[in-house]
Amino acid sequence: MTVWLHLVALVLLGSLGGALWRVWRGPSQADRMMAAQLTGTGGVAVLIVLAALQDWSLLIVAVALALLAAVAAVGFAKSQSPDGAGDPEEIKPAGDWSDLNASEAGDG
Amino acid sequence: MADLATYALTAIGLVFFVAGTAGLIRFPDTFSRLHALTKADNLGLGFIVMGIGFQTERWSQLAVLLLIWALALLAAGTVAQLVARAALTTGKDE
Repeated sequence: MTVWLHLVALVLLGSLGGALWRVWRGPSQADRMMAAQLTGTGGVAVLIVLAALQDWSLLIVAVALALLAAVAAVGFAKSQSPDGAGDPEEIKPAGDWSDLNASEAGDG
Repeated sequence: MADLATYALTAIGLVFFVAGTAGLIRFPDTFSRLHALTKADNLGLGFIVMGIGFQTERWSQLAVLLLIWALALLAAGTVAQLVARAALTTGKDE
């Protein structure tokens, strides 16, 4: 059992390596943020497997990591719009939404 | 019996995890990668949580495990929306 769980933890770390490649390669900011999310989820999975292997108190660390990964995404979303408000319901969000407005006007 | 369940469930979780990561690497478009990330990886995490659940000795550990999975699911839902909206508004680059 312990050998298998070690193997599972190793493969999960390999998948985190894939996330790092996406961080390096990712054309847009959103891709890099996604890779950070994968590191969060993958890290939680590795921590859970290690908790089963060694010490069950690692579960609390996994809870903390899961929380921080979510908050990181909120920080990213708020940093994207110029006024920093990053309010998803912004009437005129950053960037040119001209085509979208045109379509709304069309069927409005 | 419990070990057998752990073997099977963690194996399935691993498959979904690797599939999610492969999707994150291979998919052409930002938004399709988002699908791979938030759906496949959380399913993988869910199976790993279920697999490890069989190894827990006390009920409190099982409760914390399920709490982690619930948090991860909630986080994935909101993260997908936020990152997609941020990617949509900042630029049309793939």
